[in-house]
Amino acid sequence: MTDTVTAAIVGPGNIGTDLLAKLRRSERIDVRYMVGVVPESDGLTRAAELGIETSAEGADWLLTRPELPDVVFEATSARAHAAAAPRYADAGITAVDLTPAALGPFLCPVVNDEVLDAPNVNLITCGGQATIPIVHAVSRVTPVPYAEIVASVSSRSAGPGTRANIDEFTETTALGIEKVGGAARGKAIIIINPVEPPMIMRDTVFCAIDPDADRDAISDSIHRMVAEVQGYVPGYRLTADPQFDDPRPGWDGAARVAVFLEVAGNGDYLPTYAGNLDIMTAAASRAGELLADKILSGRKAVRA
Amino acid sequence: MGTWDDVDREVRIVDTTLRDGSHAMAHQFTEAQVRATVRGLDDAGVSLIEVTHGDGLGGSTFNYGFSLVDERKLIAAAVDEATRAKIAVLLLPGLGTVTDLKAAADLGAGAVRIATHCTEADVSAQHFGAARDLGLETVGFLMLSHMSSPGDLAKQGRIMVDAGCQCVYVVDSAGALILEDAADRIAALVAEFGDEAQVGYHGHQNLSFGVANSVLGYRAGARQIDGSLVALGAGAGNSPTEVLAATFERLGVRTGVDKDALMAAAEDVVRPFITRLPVMDRSSIVQGYAGVYSSFLLHAERAAERYGVPAHEILYRCGEKRYVGGQEDMIIDIALQLAEERN
Repeated sequence: MTDTVTAAIVGPGNIGTDLLAKLRRSERIDVRYMVGVVPESDGLTRAAELGIETSAEGADWLLTRPELPDVVFEATSARAHAAAAPRYADAGITAVDLTPAALGPFLCPVVNDEVLDAPNVNLITCGGQATIPIVHAVSRVTPVPYAEIVASVSSRSAGPGTRANIDEFTETTALGIEKVGGAARGKAIIIINPVEPPMIMRDTVFCAIDPDADRDAISDSIHRMVAEVQGYVPGYRLTADPQFDDPRPGWDGAARVAVFLEVAGNGDYLPTYAGNLDIMTAAASRAGELLADKILSGRKAVRA
Repeated sequence: MGTWDDVDREVRIVDTTLRDGSHAMAHQFTEAQVRATVRGLDDAGVSLIEVTHGDGLGGSTFNYGFSLVDERKLIAAAVDEATRAKIAVLLLPGLGTVTDLKAAADLGAGAVRIATHCTEADVSAQHFGAARDLGLETVGFLMLSHMSSPGDLAKQGRIMVDAGCQCVYVVDSAGALILEDAADRIAALVAEFGDEAQVGYHGHQNLSFGVANSVLGYRAGARQIDGSLVALGAGAGNSPTEVLAATFERLGVRTGVDKDALMAAAEDVVRPFITRLPVMDRSSIVQGYAGVYSSFLLHAERAAERYGVPAHEILYRCGEKRYVGGQEDMIIDIALQLAEERN
C-alpha cells in the first residue's frame, strides 16, 4: 500500500485539463489516467506529455485497467456520467461528478463533506459552489425562509452545454440552495455578459432574515465562511461587507442581507476571469483531498 | 367572433403596458388595473397584449422587485378579460424556465416573447422548442440591441429563427438607438430572414426616439411594433401606443387599431392609476446616452437613496461597465463603490 490514492479524470476538455493541473499539485492524489472519446484531442495529448496514461476509448478502457483508480472525476456530460456511474460503483470506484447528472448527493466541500461517504457525489453547479457556502453561513446563525442568488458570468466562460440547457442551472442551483444551503426556498438567476475584456465571475446572495436576527453574528459567520472557501479558491472574495436592509413592502415582513462576491480563478489552465469554471475544478480538487483523507485513514486502520 | 389577428393591417401594434409598465409601477399592478387595461386595449383592436412581471416569468424576486399580485393570477385575469386579443408573456432564459412557460400556457397565454442579451441568443433554443411544442406564437427579443452591429444582430436573430422563433425584435432596451441606428438593424434582420420570420421593434423614450424609430423601423420592414399606454414602461417609458396609432394613421399605414379608443384607454384607464409618470429626467436621459438597461432606473434611485449617491452617477457607471439586463444586483455594488470613493 502506498500513501497516495489513485485517480482518473474522464473528460479531457477545459474543465478536465484544469482539474488535472490542480490535482497534480496534490501530495496524496496520483492522477494515473486521463480518458476521453476523441483520439489525439488536445486534452489527451497534453496529459500524455505529462506522463499520464491516456485513452480515447472512454469508460470501457478505464474499467479494464489492471489497476483501477480509487477515485474518478467525471467532467463529461450528464448523459455520459449517467451511463458510466453504475459501472464505477460496481467496480468500487468513488465518483466525483462535475456534470449536471446529480445521481449522488450534492456536495459543497466547505458545507457538507459528510456526504463523501456516498459512492458518488455531485458538485451541483458553478453558481451553487460560489453561493451555497454563503447561504449556509447565514442559515447556521438564523433561519432563512428564502434565499436568492444572481450569478454573472462572462460570455466566453459559458459553454455550449450550459447554453443549451440553462434551466438546468437555475433549477439545480435553487435546489442546492435549499438542500445544502439550508434555505426553506431557493431561487437562482444566471446572467451571461459578453463584455470585453471578459468580466470576472460575480455572485450576489440575498437572504431573507428575521428583522431581529443578530446581524453581527451573521456578518461574522459570512466572513469566516469566505476565509474557509479561500482555502481552496484563493480568488474568492467579498467586494463589500454584507449589507443589511430593514423590511420593505413586499418582503413579507422579512429583513434582508445581501452579499456581494467576486470569484477569480486560479489561472491554472482556465483564464482567471472564468471563476465559475475554476470554482468547480477547485471544489472537485478539494473533494479529492477529503476523499484521500478518508481512504488513507481507512487503509491505516486496516493495517493497524 | 374571430380574433383581432384576422383583421387586415400593414403593421401590428403590440401593447406592453402590463409588462414593461410593471417596471414603472414597481411591479405593483392589481388585478383590477390589469382587467381594465386589457379591456381597453382589446376594445381598441390590439391583437397582442403582454402581461408578466417586468422582468418576465419568475421575475418576482429581491433582485428585480416582488410582485404585489402573483403574475399567474394577473395572466389568468387578462386571459379571462380578453375577447379577441391574445395574451403574451415574457420569458428571460436564466431567470424564467420552461416550467414557468408551461404554467403560463396552461393559464391560456397564447404567445411567448423570449428575451436574451443581443449576443447570447443561443440560450433561448430550449425555450423556443418548448414554446412551439406548446403551440404558442413565438417572438424573440434581442435586448440592448445598440450593443451589436446590424450584421452581428442578424446572425443572432438567425439563431432564434432556427430555434422556432416567428418574429425577432430589435429591442432598444436602453433607448439608445437614434434614427438609422434602429432602421439599419431592422433592415439587416429583414434581409437575413426573408419570408422565414417577421421583424419587430421595441423602443424606449430615453432620448425621445421611440415613435420616430418605430416609423423608420416600419419603413425598413418591421411588421410588429411595441408600445405602452401613456408610455408606461422602464426608463423614460416606451413608445406610447396611442401615439403610435395616431402617427401610423396620419401616415396612412393600416394598424387595425382604433386610435381614439386607445387615447381613451390611456387617458381614462391607465393614467389615473400610474404612481410615477415616465419622464425624460436626468437619470433616464443618462440611460439613453450611456446605453443602460432602462429597468435599472428605479433600482438606481433606490440605491441612490440608500447610500447617498446620485442615481445618474450610478447609471453612468453601469454604462461604463457594460452591465446587461438582469444585473440589477450590480447597481448596489456600484452605489457602495461610489459611496466609498466619496469618503
